[in-house]
Amino acid sequence: MLERRVVPRAGALALIVAAAVSADAAEQRFPKPDFKSGYVQPVYHPPTPARSAVREWADVAVLAAALGAAAWLALRARSRRGLWALSVASLVWFGLVRKGCICPVGSIHNVALALVDPVYGLPLVTALIFALPLVAALLWGRVFCAAVCPLGVIQDLVVWRPVRLPTALNRALGMLGPTVLAFGIALTAAGAGFWICRYDPFVGLYRRSGPAGMIATGIGLLLIGVVVARPYCRFFCPYGVLLSWGSRLSRRHLGITPDECIQCRLCERSCPFDAIRGPEPPHVDRSAARRALVRALWAAPLFVAGAAWAGRAALDALAPVVHPAVALERELRAEDAAGTPDLTWETRVFRLSGEPRESAAAAAAAARHRLRLAGLWAGAFVGFVGAGRIVASVRRSDRREWVPDRGECLSCGRCFAHCPREYVRLGRLDGPMGNP
Amino acid sequence: MMTTNSSSAGSSNGRREFLRRGAAAAAGAVVAGLAGVAARGAVSRDGMVWQINPARCVQCGRCMTHCVLTPSAVKCVHTYAMCGYCRFCFGYFDPGAPELTTAAENQMCPTGAIRRRFIEPPYYEYSILEDLCTGCGKCVKGCNTFGNGSLQLQILHDRCVQCNECAIARRCPAQAIERVPLAKWNRMKSEFGAVPAAVWQHREPDANA
Repeated sequence: MLERRVVPRAGALALIVAAAVSADAAEQRFPKPDFKSGYVQPVYHPPTPARSAVREWADVAVLAAALGAAAWLALRARSRRGLWALSVASLVWFGLVRKGCICPVGSIHNVALALVDPVYGLPLVTALIFALPLVAALLWGRVFCAAVCPLGVIQDLVVWRPVRLPTALNRALGMLGPTVLAFGIALTAAGAGFWICRYDPFVGLYRRSGPAGMIATGIGLLLIGVVVARPYCRFFCPYGVLLSWGSRLSRRHLGITPDECIQCRLCERSCPFDAIRGPEPPHVDRSAARRALVRALWAAPLFVAGAAWAGRAALDALAPVVHPAVALERELRAEDAAGTPDLTWETRVFRLSGEPRESAAAAAAAARHRLRLAGLWAGAFVGFVGAGRIVASVRRSDRREWVPDRGECLSCGRCFAHCPREYVRLGRLDGPMGNP
Repeated sequence: MMTTNSSSAGSSNGRREFLRRGAAAAAGAVVAGLAGVAARGAVSRDGMVWQINPARCVQCGRCMTHCVLTPSAVKCVHTYAMCGYCRFCFGYFDPGAPELTTAAENQMCPTGAIRRRFIEPPYYEYSILEDLCTGCGKCVKGCNTFGNGSLQLQILHDRCVQCNECAIARRCPAQAIERVPLAKWNRMKSEFGAVPAAVWQHREPDANA
């Protein structure tokens, strides 16, 4: 809005710029002075980048070391205090010192863009920052979330009085993460920018600078996080979705008990993230369970198709908002219709360039096509994940103990202190404490 | 004392475990494949930095307002080698200036960030006081319109935090902000080099290379 008011005043000057620059750009208007007084021209030395190649590789090394330390603390040392200390260290280093960027969450965009656009070079460092936490998740579970992720640790440190959300709400909110992942990748693939980074709630706090909305969202999420533990991680984080897949397949994973479950149920409500699953009673009516499964499997394709259609419609409707080429074409058309050219910088620069009007229309049409296609795939993906969760929810479980849900467990280690076997391990408790 | 999820016996568990291991191997292969794709990328061993292409910049003023940093990481820089040392500098004086003195009302710069120093008749040296400059581009516009174009806006890399997606690149109307490899970061206006007109084009990734 501000630009629209400023532009007409500067219009005359810009026309002169165009005329002057395009007329004869190659020559200097005023010759280099011939100084008689022995004056020596200063030379401007641009400041060196704060981020050098050495420092980027150092970042990768620190990330790898932090992941290893988190895995050791969560799986072998079983030390919640150690994980807390590592969280504070990560907050200071990845957040306050390195200012939260680039982080594995945002690197999703770089990887997605490199996959769809062969010309975009994915820096090796960025690829490693993307891959290392995933590899760690495949080996040891979500240790990255436990104490390394700069977005996670800031929320983890404010968890104070966690409440349990109703199961239905938890499940519904749980679909937001895959949605953010799918549409974040779709928008990047369609050339509409890095939207996950754009709505990163905490990076403004780490930079100690940023748009008011970003800072307010960050503070708001931290306030909510006092009672709803780590809301961004559980419900919005797109990278957490990838990590939860990796963690489900992980080679090792943190256990609540150091050795055996004695079915005491003391840990049952210890998890602030509702990630502990207990034994389920066997289905009484097995045929009813089977019918429910068949119904869910039948409904799945419809669900996927509906979501794909919705995704396509959503990105088609959002095209002028999210894609600059579509926005430009819309503004050009509006200006043409109203007979008021050059109301925005975008349209003015386009007209100054002398490009034919059709090229903007063609670029917009191509962008819109890519957005629709990307929306279709993203919607289908969300539908697929949703259908998978519905099928999984009616599937019979054969759990007999209290275990962390490998996908949702953030490996924070808060449950350790609730397990009597842990005190036996530490030698603070003696006595049988065996299976009753 | 390494613990894993203790598991109960049973053939269904064995099958699940087998499937899980298979899927884990597949996921590992995908991650390795991504790393391979990355390693294959030509441009990409270096980090990348954001940089303003002065040939495209139209001095819209958004660099001042849209950077994630306050004040912006973009500031005016001066290539002395291109400067005409004009007495009537159009980067320094407001076109409507009542008199050509260093009084604030005569200056183009809203923050008084340009220092004017007499060298010898008729030459004056102009230098940018970086801490005062807000990156608004008013002086750059004046210098490029009527002068040699020795002033330019540039992202200062000691300030820039290298966002994954540059907030001003996103809002630049002329696609003037490019991502360049770290090795080529220092791309200033060349000494008395040609300055082509700002050319709009659909943003092509290879324009950055």
